[in-house]
Amino acid sequence: MPLQLKAGLVITGVIVLLSLLAPWIAPHPWDTISMRTRFLAPNATYWLGTDEYGRDVLSRLLMGGRLSLAMGASATFVSLAIGVPMGLAAGYFRGWVDEGLMRLADVMMAIPPIMLGLLVLAVTPPALWKTAVAVGFVYIPPIARLTRSVTLSLAGEDFIQAARARAESSSYILFREILPNAWPPLIVEASLRVTYAILLGSALSFLGLGAQPPSSDWGLMIAEARSFLDRAPWLALAPGLAMCLLVIGINLIGDGARERLDPRLKARVGKVS
Amino acid sequence: MTAFILRRLGFVVLVLVAVSMLVFTITALLPANVAYLILGSFAPPDQVKALELKLGLTDPIWQQYARWAAGFLSGDLGESPLMKRPIAPMLWEAVSRSLMLTGFSFVLIALIGVGLGMLAALRHGRALDHGISIATYIGIAVPEFFWSIVVIIVFASWLGWLPASGYEPMSAGFWVWLTHLIAPTITLVFGHLAHVSRLTRSSMIEVMQSPYVNAARAKGLPERVVVFHHALRNALLPTITVLALDFGRLMGGIVVVETVFAYPGLGRLVVFSIQNRDLPTLQAAILVVAAMYALANLVADLLYAWLNPKIRFGGHVS
Repeated sequence: MPLQLKAGLVITGVIVLLSLLAPWIAPHPWDTISMRTRFLAPNATYWLGTDEYGRDVLSRLLMGGRLSLAMGASATFVSLAIGVPMGLAAGYFRGWVDEGLMRLADVMMAIPPIMLGLLVLAVTPPALWKTAVAVGFVYIPPIARLTRSVTLSLAGEDFIQAARARAESSSYILFREILPNAWPPLIVEASLRVTYAILLGSALSFLGLGAQPPSSDWGLMIAEARSFLDRAPWLALAPGLAMCLLVIGINLIGDGARERLDPRLKARVGKVS
Repeated sequence: MTAFILRRLGFVVLVLVAVSMLVFTITALLPANVAYLILGSFAPPDQVKALELKLGLTDPIWQQYARWAAGFLSGDLGESPLMKRPIAPMLWEAVSRSLMLTGFSFVLIALIGVGLGMLAALRHGRALDHGISIATYIGIAVPEFFWSIVVIIVFASWLGWLPASGYEPMSAGFWVWLTHLIAPTITLVFGHLAHVSRLTRSSMIEVMQSPYVNAARAKGLPERVVVFHHALRNALLPTITVLALDFGRLMGGIVVVETVFAYPGLGRLVVFSIQNRDLPTLQAAILVVAAMYALANLVADLLYAWLNPKIRFGGHVS
């Protein structure tokens, strides 16, 4: 196994494990307000200090990790659930289906992701699950495009011709013949999308269009910490560094997996989104 | 080439029309009523009705869209019901400030990004290369809003060199103006450097191993000439596309950065108009962003075609 893949799996694994176990291993309650312990610097009792309501930062961080992971995973699920069928249909049926779906994707990609997310979220009062759906919506086009190009190359293969000759239905061919063969590149793409989703989702939370107080979503924690940068910089640094670690971990996995799947990339490390 | 340009231009126009429809439909779903926004939440219903009628809010949506689009094309963006002033001058002011910010950042990203990428490629496999790789890896992982906080902590709170936020016009003095631009610019540059430098590095490495670079070396040309005249020109092809795309990404980046630094540009205007349900401003602002984004992509396409003789002379363009 390449080193990056190993390192990525370790980093991500530790964060996922800590987040999943958060309710049991968090040293203090994450949401209990205590005015006596406000703004304590990191110390033996509160390893990462306390915030403006006297809540333990470490416990909040651990609980927030679950939110970020759930956000990233569910947003990516939404993009896959809509983008993959779109791409399959466009690549297999070609013609006006392809044209229509891909032009739709072009239109969605004509607005910067964060603005499209803001626009979608502006419609309803903010909540974290809505942010996840909006982020998933924003990243449909790249998934659809990738699925389409994979489908295009698979559609000419012999086993597809054979399935057609057997007069299989289109949906059988799409989901039973093409999709299973299209998974490997899609999984790699999806793992990278998780990090985009986490970053975009936390940016939206940061702007106030995601998780709402007293939630301990990392983006929201950083947003709230903004007012206390002079007094308590650890409030912003802790969730920020945690997020960077998580994103680096997932990126390492994605790059490592891609290198294994595509030996041509071995020589180059460059990545373009 | 002319046909190619015209076709791409036509495509941009079509996309923008579609975007304007999308934006208009989404904002039409917003649970906000411009009439209430103008008259206040506790306005008597008959007044609200009268104003709705006057503003045409009861017409079918396609009629509202047609009216809005016609106004937009003639340069009349309407009036912001929230700020009680015409949108157009407000918007252009915001655009010009954002362009200052993105322009500065863009130049720095291009220069530093290409420089770092070249440096890493020429020291391929050595300590400097690894250092740059690790730094760019972190650069990709750090969200912009976190960079901006780090910049504030380091440069404003800790060193005290820069103001933490705000904007001052040039009339307040060149230095004052510049210091307010530096912190958001640094943030944007950090956040976008990685793509450019990583791509430059990988394509430079590829080019440096190509036969024609070998040939140039074999001719006995000095390494400087080989690198700058032979290798760089070709290595920059993919970088230029990414740079133009990065300009589009910057249009997204300013949303967060302008909010954090309280910089009154386009990004802040979008967030502000969403928070306050100022639909006409929101529609106009998003459309302007989409137009700039589309133009950046167009420039990327054209530059790529112009620099790549295969496309320039081949006639096969997709």
